Order: sequence, then C-alpha cells, then structure tokens
Amino acid sequence: MKWDEFFVTGEPMIYAAMVSIVVVSLAIPIALTYFKKWNWLWTNWLTTVDHKKIGVMYILAALLMLFRGGVDALLMRAQTAVPDNGLLDGQHYNEIFTTHGVIMILFMAMPFIIGLMNVVIPLQIGARDVAFPRLNAVSFWLFFAGAMLFNISFVIGGSPDAGWSAYFPLASIEFSPTVGNNYYAIALQIAGIGTLLTGINFLVTILKMRAPGMTLMKMPMFTWSVLITNVIIVFAFPVLTVALALMTLDRQFGTQFFAMQSGGMDMLWANLFWVWGHPEVYIVVLPAFGIYSEIIATFARKNLYGYKSMVVSMVAISLLSFVVWAHHFYTMGHGVMVNSVFSITTMAIAVPTGVKIFNWLFTLRKGKISFTTPMLYSLAFIPIFTIGGVTGVMLAMASADYQYHNTMFLVAHFHYVLIPGTVFAVIAGFHFWFPKVFGFRLNEKLGKLAFWFIIVSFNVTFFPLFILGLNGMTRRMYTYSASTGYGALNMLSMVGAVGLAIGFIILVYNIYWSVRYSPRDTNGDPWDGRSLEWSTHSPVPEYNFAVIPQVNRLDAYWFAKKEGKPLADTVYEPIHMPNNSGLPVIMGALFFFWGFFMVFSWWIPAILSFAVIIALMAYRSFEKDHGHYISVEEIERTENAYRGEQHEN
Amino acid sequence: MMKQLFPAQHVMGFLFSLLLSLIALVVVWFDLSFTAGITILIVTALVQAGLQLFLFMHVKENAESKTLYLNILYALFVGLVTIFGTLFAMHWGYMVR
Repeated sequence: MKWDEFFVTGEPMIYAAMVSIVVVSLAIPIALTYFKKWNWLWTNWLTTVDHKKIGVMYILAALLMLFRGGVDALLMRAQTAVPDNGLLDGQHYNEIFTTHGVIMILFMAMPFIIGLMNVVIPLQIGARDVAFPRLNAVSFWLFFAGAMLFNISFVIGGSPDAGWSAYFPLASIEFSPTVGNNYYAIALQIAGIGTLLTGINFLVTILKMRAPGMTLMKMPMFTWSVLITNVIIVFAFPVLTVALALMTLDRQFGTQFFAMQSGGMDMLWANLFWVWGHPEVYIVVLPAFGIYSEIIATFARKNLYGYKSMVVSMVAISLLSFVVWAHHFYTMGHGVMVNSVFSITTMAIAVPTGVKIFNWLFTLRKGKISFTTPMLYSLAFIPIFTIGGVTGVMLAMASADYQYHNTMFLVAHFHYVLIPGTVFAVIAGFHFWFPKVFGFRLNEKLGKLAFWFIIVSFNVTFFPLFILGLNGMTRRMYTYSASTGYGALNMLSMVGAVGLAIGFIILVYNIYWSVRYSPRDTNGDPWDGRSLEWSTHSPVPEYNFAVIPQVNRLDAYWFAKKEGKPLADTVYEPIHMPNNSGLPVIMGALFFFWGFFMVFSWWIPAILSFAVIIALMAYRSFEKDHGHYISVEEIERTENAYRGEQHEN
Repeated sequence: MMKQLFPAQHVMGFLFSLLLSLIALVVVWFDLSFTAGITILIVTALVQAGLQLFLFMHVKENAESKTLYLNILYALFVGLVTIFGTLFAMHWGYMVR
C-alpha cells in the first residue's frame, strides 16, 4: 500500500473532518490534564463494571453516533434536494449511505437499546448487577472499539461503499478493491462479538437473578422483551460472525465462498446476511415494544392490557423472525414456491404485531392519561408505526415487490418502521429513565418542543419518499435530471431533514439545560412508576437496593405504594459487589489495533496484538478476584444521606 | 455397594459411543454408494450427539433441565431453519442456475 493512499485526500469536507478529529483528540487529553480528571475518568468510568455506568457510556456513545449518522443523512438529503446537484460525487455518496446505514443500525440503535437494558434491567428485576459484570464491560469496550474502527475509515483508507448490506459481488475484492469493506467486515466482527456477549449476559441475568417471588409471568414487560431479544441475539449473531469471517476470507485470503468460480455463490452472502439481518430488525424493535409498554401503562395509570398475549405475541415474533429473511431479495432469482412461502410467513408477523398494537390501545382506553414527553413519543409511535407496518405488508407481497423493490418506497417503509419503532422508543425511554440515573428530570417544555419538531419533521422527511418511490425513483441514486420531476418532493424531504436536525439539537440542549437548572427529585419515583426500579433512590446507589425487595405480583411496587406496605424490611446485611478492572478497556484497545492491522493486512502486528489478547484472556482465567463487601455501616451511612437530603428539601 | 458405585450407565454409554464411531468408519473401509454412506453418517452422528448431550453433558441431571431442553429445541429450530431454509431458498427453489 502506498502512503499517499493511506489518508483519504482530495475532498474539502474530508480535510475538515481530519482537522476536527485532530482538534478533538488533542482537546480531550489536554482538558483532562488541565482539570486533573485522568484519575477520575479511569477509576469512575473506564474501569467500571457497574451496569448503570456502562449503560450511560453506551447511551453517550449512541448519541455521538446518532450525530455522525445524522450528518451523513443531512448530506444525502442535501445532495438529492435539487436535480443534477454536484455537492457530492458518486463515490462519496456511496460511502455516505453505506456508513449511514451501518452506523444507525449497529452503532446507534443497538448501543442505545443495550444501554437502556444495562441501566434498567438489573433495577427492574431487583438485582445488584448483571450476572457477569466484567464480561459486561468487555462487551461495551468491544462495541466501542468496533465503532471507533468503523469511524476512522472515513479519513484513513476510505469508507466502505457497497451499501450497509454489502452485497457480493460488489463487495468483493474485485469490485471494491479499497480497504473500505475490510473495515466493514472487521469492525462489525468486533462489535458483533461484544453484542453476542451481552446477549448471553442478559439472558443469564434475567433467568437467574430475579428478586425472590418474581416468577417469569410477574416480570415487567420491558424485562420480558429484553429476555426475548437476547434469545434472538444469541441465535442470530453467530450467523453474522460466520458470514463476516467468510467475507474477510474472500477479500483478504483468496477464498471464493461468494464468487461464482469454484462452486461459490455470490447470492449466498445476501442469504446469510439476512438470516442474521431480519432477526436483527426484531432485536432493535422488541425492546422498544417493551419500553412503550412500560411508559403507556405508567402514564395511563392502568396495568398493561393483555399481559399474557403480549408475551405470547413476542415469543411468536421471535420464532417468525427467523423464517422470513428471503423477503429481502424476492427479485434476485427465487422460484415462485420460495417467494410464496416467504410472503406468507412475512404477512404472518403482522398478526402478533397487531395484537400488541391493540393491547396498547386497550391499555389507554379509560386510562387517566398524562401527556408527558415519553408518553407523547409512545402515542405518536402507534399511528406512525402502523403506517410502516402496513407498507411492510405491501412489500411482503412478492409479486408487488417487483414494483417496489429497491425504490425510495422501501427506504420510506423501513424508516417508518425503525424511527418510530426504535428511535422514538429510545428517546422516550431516555426521558423516562433519565431521572432514575441522574436524579432529575429533563425539562418537559423543551422535551415537548423537541418532540413536535421531531414528529412533524419526520413525516415531512419520509412521507414524500413513498410517493417518490412509487414514481420510480430508485434508492441509492446520487443524482437525477430535472426531467424526472423528482425535484420538488426531494426538496420537501430536505426541509424535513433540517427540521429533524433542529429537533435533535433541542433534545441535546435540553440535557444541558436540565443538568444546570432542573429541580432535583426527592423520592426516586418522579413518574409514580409501577416496577421495582422506582422503589430505590435516584441517583441509584452503587448497590442498587439496600435490601433486595420481595415480589408477590406484577407491578408489586405500585400495589405496595397503594397499600402502604414496604417491599422490603430494613435489616441490612453486608453487600457483595464486583471489583473494577482495567482489563476490559485494555482488551478493547487491543481489539481496535488488531482490527486496524487486519484491515490493512499488516499481518505481523495483527498476530502480535492477537497474541496479547489471548494472553490477557489466559491471565483472566488464573486471576483471583473475589470482589468486595460493602459494610452495614456504609450502607446505613448512604441510606441516611439519601433520607437526609429528602428532609432538607 | 459396588453396584451403586460403578457407573454402569456411563461405561455402557462410552462403549456405545465407541461402537457408533466404528460403524461410522465402515463408510471409509468399505466401498459404499454415496447415499448409503451419507445415511450411515447422518444416523450415527445424530445418535452420537444425543448420547453425548444427554448422558455425558448432564442435561438430564441438571436442576433446570426444562430450560435446557427448551434452549436445545430453540437452537435446533434455528439451526434447521437456517440450513434447510438456505437450501430451499438458494438451491432447490432457485430459478437461476
């Protein structure tokens, strides 16, 4: 490789990005040194195994990636806003839509969901941490290493440019000779291993660590949705791991799994990708369903309608999600029989999803609804997601799909599913659980302002795409001539995109405003919540619960409040907690370097860094780490401090 | 006393798994047709996997064997769907050859 190819050159925007990356990476260490915060950062955050802090780091990283992916989206909308636009060239446009897709799904939606899981699940089931706290930290740092590796492709070596689905033969070394798709394969591999570990961790946590008395059918709905999501993660992610390994072998080691020569098959990539990819859609959507269930029940002041049918429909969705993948490539050579089978299974998914929609509506019926920001997002979700779902059924009809396939109609459909289905949910969950983590609510006025900007602009951005798609505009085209007549609707979509950006800026400003001025909560239960996380203090103490609560029914905390009986007595015992460790973050850094060397096929450093990773794992096997105990006196001191603060207010 | 201490079940299981391996070797030793060979291999592999799982990996003796069975069932479902679904979508039902 020539050194002048190492850095991406020739684009003013990329030079600007390089400058900003250098400035930021200089500013962070300088600021840390100036404010003497290195030690604080290391002991409180980088080495932490506390599920709440790991969750916060996941969400911070997700917000960061939301803005990276959002800038990609704005650039795409700006490029297509007018006919024959020359803002971006074709190559740059390809890179941007590829990174937009990968970042939004894998480095924004996934970590945001996993972050909320981390913060909420142990609290909701009355546990003091996850089953494997150290592994949890490893998961986070692997995700972070993958995300950072993927992002530096922008300035070093060039971004992947074969679409977020990276179909062969386009993604093969023959047609994509730059290192861009190596970044794709390796960065996703590293982050994917992290996700798989999270899946195992939370599966064990939910099955093994629930508070006494909380049987499976007494779990809060968010916990149920996360349990099922993690089952899907454990069974779907190995397929991605294998597919990406085959991609790396094909691109860098000369094998021909996805080439037509020597008995390989290019379409096999699309097949394997979607065997993982479709369950992945449900991995990001099911926890969102759980979040909405919690929020709707809380703010309708009613118990969730149809608890059992909610659970059954989620299990049904989890099974069906594995038998629909071929609907992503109906038009690529299947016979009639294959398309018919996958059409029917796809339409069948609408049934359990419909059951859930009706359950939410019945929960709202005759409820005393309070229109808080999280509730507004949940209410907006129902109709908008239904539009996404109905257009999904349209796309599910294989014969009609020949018309819709690869048009903007499809793009509009999946944005109508994923934005209300995931983005609104994580924002709603963010507003909802924010006071639990930080001890104060986000400002409602600013929250609602951001909500209206986001909700209106979302529809202005994406509804025109349905019409553009039906008029024949294909996805991923970087420009078009004025005679096609696509100009006006694309301009409208651009206006919507700017509105969305303003909405998200207000959201972030709201965080800043609330940190400074929002009144502090006093009792740990600002929303009059139903599940166990609201029964402890805010911000949550290190050990979560001074005494593990006893559960006897669904929404036990709600009924305990109504009946005035506490869930736990106040006899303290020493609490066993895990120790912090620097190994996970070091592992993450090593994986980052290993990935970087692999991308550029620098084998010797790659082998060396991998050897260190193995050595660290071996060291961990022999490490004696029994954790530490928090003494009764310290618990008493902490608990009294929380109560003292309350009296002062 | 000796009878209780002697792990008869496991010894029998071990011998049986050796026997299964020997049967599988037949495919290499004798000149069988492809269909006969692959049938023998699939049958012995399935029995062998079951034997290992239930006898030696203590699925039965676990306190939560119900969860484990459910897990195995789900894994089988996903595995079989992936393999046969891929064959169905990309080979048997594929128009373009």
